[in-house]
Amino acid sequence: MSEATELWSYLAAAPLSWLTLTLLAYLAAVAVSRMLGNAALANPVLLSVCGIVLVLGITDTGYETYFEGAQFIHFLLGPATVALALPLVDNMDTIRRLVAPIILALFAGSLVAVISAILLGQAFGLSDMVILSLSPKSTTAPVALGISEAVGGIPGLTAVLVILTGIIGAVVVTPMMNLLRIRDWRARGFAVGVAAHGIGTARAFQVNQTAGAYAGVGMALNALLTSLIVPVLVYWLV
Amino acid sequence: MLVTLGLLLSCQLAGELVARGAGLPVPGPVVGLVLLLTLLVWRPGLRATVRPTVTVILANLSLFFVPAAVGVVANLDILSEDWAAILTVLLVSTVLAMLVAVGTFVMVRKTLVGRDE
Repeated sequence: MSEATELWSYLAAAPLSWLTLTLLAYLAAVAVSRMLGNAALANPVLLSVCGIVLVLGITDTGYETYFEGAQFIHFLLGPATVALALPLVDNMDTIRRLVAPIILALFAGSLVAVISAILLGQAFGLSDMVILSLSPKSTTAPVALGISEAVGGIPGLTAVLVILTGIIGAVVVTPMMNLLRIRDWRARGFAVGVAAHGIGTARAFQVNQTAGAYAGVGMALNALLTSLIVPVLVYWLV
Repeated sequence: MLVTLGLLLSCQLAGELVARGAGLPVPGPVVGLVLLLTLLVWRPGLRATVRPTVTVILANLSLFFVPAAVGVVANLDILSEDWAAILTVLLVSTVLAMLVAVGTFVMVRKTLVGRDE
């Protein structure tokens, strides 16, 4: 084995390479996104994933090997969820004043997210297994996986659908709200948090701090509500 | 920074213990969020302590989703031949949920403001 191949076989197996790649790909994605004026389609998650998948493809690296390194970043999802308590506390006064719109919008958005996914899935002739995996798609990933397992879906498929939902929400929200001429950052943020969880929340923070805080509220409340309503709705509808 | 990380991890750990111990359907980090919220309300001085680190974490929230999102591409075959139908369902359902949520929020707020003022 030549020195170069030896060096490569070390690098390819070392978690450090994939951890570094993830961080650098994200930094590059953020820079590109800024250059394009934070355009919706230039979503940092979407761009990072494209870059990383390209590198994994070229180097013929499997996801398990990649995740050995990337898991250290993945792990931070938990503490980041806990950290959402700060924007919640900062906005406590307005949230208290807006309790009625928040609770009603939460119930309406959450119910529509679950019911429309189930009914549309049936209309498109998807299998019950896929529909069950689809039902908690608007909740944050760790919650959605638990729900999916509880109602008899496939958690692996749910993970895929949750991330796709987040990216769709993050890409669609700004053009859609601008088109509808909705200027209330609280309403915009809350809606994307309810419909597109953490990825939508990350997008909201990118656009406006207030929107981000309300998205965090929407995401956290929807995580609680969805885990209560999905088992019931699935029982009725599937 | 380390104090904040210690606090976040402690809340998450306590959240996991509570959620698992009580058999709640809610995941540990969400319970941890509620715990930290309670702490920050009880001890307002803590807010300034955690703010710098929390601001950095939340400004880069997207980063933490990247490893899982790469996994999506690795598992694309799981979507099999139904991928077009599934993507359509996701798109329509997500847009509908956002429309209904934002519409409800704006309408209820306007109704209340009209009543108060």
